[in-house]
Amino acid sequence: MEVVYTLWLRSIKRYVRSKSRLIGSLGMPFFFLAILGMGLNSLFTVPGYGKGYMAFITPGVVAMTILFTSMFSGIQVVWDKRFGFLKETLVAPVKRTEIMLGQTFGGATVALIQGLLILSLSYFLGVHFSLMSFLIALPYMVLTGISFTALGIAFASQMEDMHGFQLIINFIVFPVFFLSGALFPLEGLPSWLRNLALADPLTYGVEGMRFGLLGVSQISPVTSIVVLTSFSFATVLVGGFLFSRIRL
Amino acid sequence: MDSILKMSMVKVQELTKVFNGLEAVKKISFTIEEGEIFGLLGPNGAGKTTTISILSTLLSPTYGTAWINGHNVITDPDGVRKSIGVVFQDPSLDDELTAYENMDFHGRMYRLPRSERKKKIEEMLTLVDLWNRKDDLVKTFSGGMKRRLELARGLLHSPKVLFLDEPTLGLDPQTRRHIWEYIERLNRDVGITIILTTHYMEEADKLCDRVAIMDADKIIAMDTPENLKNLIRGDLVIVKGNNAGKLKLISETIEWVRFIGAHDGMVTFSVDEAEKRIANLIIMAHEAGVQVDSIQIRRATLEDVFLHFTGRNLRAEKSNGIEKMRMAWRAMRR
Repeated sequence: MEVVYTLWLRSIKRYVRSKSRLIGSLGMPFFFLAILGMGLNSLFTVPGYGKGYMAFITPGVVAMTILFTSMFSGIQVVWDKRFGFLKETLVAPVKRTEIMLGQTFGGATVALIQGLLILSLSYFLGVHFSLMSFLIALPYMVLTGISFTALGIAFASQMEDMHGFQLIINFIVFPVFFLSGALFPLEGLPSWLRNLALADPLTYGVEGMRFGLLGVSQISPVTSIVVLTSFSFATVLVGGFLFSRIRL
Repeated sequence: MDSILKMSMVKVQELTKVFNGLEAVKKISFTIEEGEIFGLLGPNGAGKTTTISILSTLLSPTYGTAWINGHNVITDPDGVRKSIGVVFQDPSLDDELTAYENMDFHGRMYRLPRSERKKKIEEMLTLVDLWNRKDDLVKTFSGGMKRRLELARGLLHSPKVLFLDEPTLGLDPQTRRHIWEYIERLNRDVGITIILTTHYMEEADKLCDRVAIMDADKIIAMDTPENLKNLIRGDLVIVKGNNAGKLKLISETIEWVRFIGAHDGMVTFSVDEAEKRIANLIIMAHEAGVQVDSIQIRRATLEDVFLHFTGRNLRAEKSNGIEKMRMAWRAMRR
């Protein structure tokens, strides 16, 4: 546990010190929320969701923030590989899986903080929700963070080159985000698109958060939590396996 | 573990590493006693870093094995990891953390209890004169300071053996001498066994109790620097003339002159009682039809030992592309 905590602590310290990373990664979700949300808010409301488009996409944009931050946090592993710090951890008498878990929790925590920042921004933009609904949404946020950080690490452990890593992650992150129903309801989609959305793990994160924050969702929150938990276990296992096979 | 193996701090047996069919290290064997400073000396690509990587459990050997502090590198890597501290050729610090935080991270990874951790961090940072900079981010440090911090970190968990892979590569001469002082102080005060790799002759000569000269995946000579230099009888006479080929022939006709090697138009001989015979040598060269431009007499160095064994000059080895990139990168990060 000490080792997991040590690596977690390092991620947090690096995050807190890197202001540009903090601000930069909040930019895009903020514009989605402020411009897309506000712009379309007066235009229409999504059937079944009383509160307007802005409220509808808030869970989606929070999920997006967590998705992007957690997947890209894998770059730390590529960075450490490239600049030698990974060697420092690999010659220490600790298990590789401990290192990987520390990195995962660190990345997930950072992603969660970013998600919470966006959520509080949405509050100022007029999307109100109770503490209770926030507490229901929280576990979905946490699991989304853990699973996608682990996935990012799985990719990172296979890669040497930072630009390559960014390209691959972008290649994955955008379809995952757009298919998740973050910006539109699943109801009324053509069946092929709906099936793709249902195959997207982020859909269950978005729907879970939507259930918490808005009290309405198209996928049952139980299904969402089961799918997300299984997906987290799977990605942590795969990520842990690939990470422990890193050779320098 | 049998008791004979436990007697030496490090025992390496026929260690071999093959990368994609190419042998990086070929059946090397040596033992190192407690408290020794042992040097692996050789040009780039001789297999020094590969050897260190295997001994520090980052790579597994293709063939052969090694024990450190009685732990086998293949069957008991965790035992080995607890016994060693490593300072890698390239920096392995977290630039975004302070010196203290880098040390603290290391202490936690090696599970030092809090009170001991605090005490040791202060002790080690003081030892390398960085205690007053402990709260500065590492990215503000110079190359030499980073090196010192890495030395301190490598010692934090009180390892039995410290590996130093090219400890002064890319540092300026003054910083290099400082690092040498720290290494000597560590060995003297802490009594730690040190294995260092280097391609700097003076470094091996100055620091090491024993040196293994490596060239192209093998150890070609191993002894104390003194004994190695004594392999070359007499003094060295380096002659620059207009005909290296004819100069070389002289050594074949006189018994007190031996040919060592030739490079850049200069021919190196070892000559018994060189001061007395130098005039004689010039006359003989003149009689052989060689015009001598310059002549130099000096004591043998490890450089000449390398030349003696390989016929090549260690210093003349061109640094390869990776090396150059690494140096540029270091300069940039400083």
